[in-house]
Amino acid sequence: MAEPIIRMENIEKHFGSVIALSGVSLDVVAGECHCLLGDNGAGKSTFIKTMSGVHAPTRGEIFFEGVPLKFDDPRDAITAGIATVYQDLAMIPLMSVARNFFMGNEPVKKRFGIPFFDHEHANRVTMEEMKTMGINLRGPDQAVGTLSGGERQTVAIARAVHFGAKVLILDEPTSALGVRQTSNVLATIDRVRKQGIAVVFITHNVRHALAVGDRFTVLNRGQTLGTAARGDVSPEELQDMMAGGQEMAKLEGSLGGTV
Amino acid sequence: MTENTDERVKEMSSLRQALIRPELGGICGTAIVFALFLLFASDSGMFNSRGVLNWSVVSAQFMIIAVGACLLMIAGEFDLSVGSMIGFAGMVIAILVVTLGWPVWSAILTSFAVCLAIGALNGFIVIRTGLPSFIVTLAFLFILRGFTIFLPQTIERKTIIGGVKDAAEGDWLAPLFGGKILTGLFAWLGDQGIIGVFERGSRAGQPVVDGIPMLIVWAIFLVIVGHIVLTRTRFGNWIFAAGGDAQAARYVGVPVNRVKIIMFMVTAFCACVFATCQVMEFGSAGADRGLLKEFEAIIAVVIGGALLTGGYGSVIGAALGALIFGVVQQGLFFAGVESSLFRVFLGVILLLAVILNTYVRRMITGER
Repeated sequence: MAEPIIRMENIEKHFGSVIALSGVSLDVVAGECHCLLGDNGAGKSTFIKTMSGVHAPTRGEIFFEGVPLKFDDPRDAITAGIATVYQDLAMIPLMSVARNFFMGNEPVKKRFGIPFFDHEHANRVTMEEMKTMGINLRGPDQAVGTLSGGERQTVAIARAVHFGAKVLILDEPTSALGVRQTSNVLATIDRVRKQGIAVVFITHNVRHALAVGDRFTVLNRGQTLGTAARGDVSPEELQDMMAGGQEMAKLEGSLGGTV
Repeated sequence: MTENTDERVKEMSSLRQALIRPELGGICGTAIVFALFLLFASDSGMFNSRGVLNWSVVSAQFMIIAVGACLLMIAGEFDLSVGSMIGFAGMVIAILVVTLGWPVWSAILTSFAVCLAIGALNGFIVIRTGLPSFIVTLAFLFILRGFTIFLPQTIERKTIIGGVKDAAEGDWLAPLFGGKILTGLFAWLGDQGIIGVFERGSRAGQPVVDGIPMLIVWAIFLVIVGHIVLTRTRFGNWIFAAGGDAQAARYVGVPVNRVKIIMFMVTAFCACVFATCQVMEFGSAGADRGLLKEFEAIIAVVIGGALLTGGYGSVIGAALGALIFGVVQQGLFFAGVESSLFRVFLGVILLLAVILNTYVRRMITGER
């Protein structure tokens, strides 16, 4: 297997007396979609926040392209090429798509020595990028508030890719979406992966994970329960690992195996 | 993929598109106000040179503080200490000049430094504590007003300190706030009979209005700079982002805290410009200067289409809101209407503006 872009080794994170992560390891290779599964409270969010520079790990090491790295804040991670798309905090509804797309990375054009926001460039690029992602905008000045949840996720993903993300972390991108919007986002993930970007896809939905994932890592109570490649693991096994076994088996029995 | 447009996205009519511009309310309001006063008060002297200057100056005062309040509101914060800051800044200048005998320019610069520091402190406390800016700046409303009354009473045993005008004679910085420009043009206009001139007295033959006060120049300057920064620069995008959703903005690397603190400082700067112009014009500072100005600024901004919740608004809109304010306040006086009715008008128009803004917001985001 190719050299991983990012490798997290034995990450531990303590918040006071609470041990949120107790030794989690994971690596991601370019062009793969690595699914991180886990139930609520398993430590998924803490783990990706460590990966994206929001939290510093209490113990453990992060290697980025083989070099040990320490992020002091999210800005460092973004500069290194790790972009995170948060579920509901990706976009600002009252601002236009173009303004959102370039938020934090505004293109400037100097006039009389003063750097002005280059609206022309921003609008053109936004329209092009949206078109490749399959979203038809009325215009670049359309407010993000008028887009659907799936479209917003897609804009956020397109934005991360456009600004040179090598690792794209998606935090539960599909959990609030309808069926059709979910398949759009999954299609987007597939498209991004084919561009050679490493995708870390966080979800608690096994079906969504199996639809696009190349490898699967399950987190439970702050620990890794192992990584499996596509084909080596069945949906039932994943489901069991996430829920921690027995209890789920009982529940599933009473629900007739529909969960 | 086919060249398609989503059949569910309705074509937006140009009317609807015009409606979601934040300045719409301001533009309509301005048109209505001018139409009404032209109709009912045209022979009252409101539209001769002196009348125009009268309401322009009042509007310009509102505009100066509205620019600061507008940018701050778009960045998602309020400043209720603007009015007290105006009183305080003026008092600082007067005490330094009159009591301590400092040169006027150094007093003005000191006052600006003090105001910017207080603005930064406001912002810093809001950011650090996470408290609503409403509460933090309300505290400063009282703190600053308290000092503004306490200082002159203790030092000079009075609440108004005069004598700044004499001290400002020959100062290099004072004319930037208290002077007039285009005096030559106005003298020429007077000679040509285009504007009114004094008919008798010691100034016979001189125009009634002899120039444009720097107050108006400052107002126009601040509006233009504010508008360009907000709509045409990267920092402007950050202002929208900080107010629209601070967390989302932080995630993509917008320095939200810095933006907000700078906006508090800009608001303080505007208050200090207002105060300095006023002190230079009156030649004095009073303990009650700037009373209620914070609310008037906020009303002007809301009439101008900004959302109280932040993330949306326009400097041009706020400037039009200030113009409506000034024209109506002075116009009612010219028209001989009881001036207390101005407050009734304010309340009504504020309510209408907020309702309209809420409706516009729904249209932008497509909520029901």
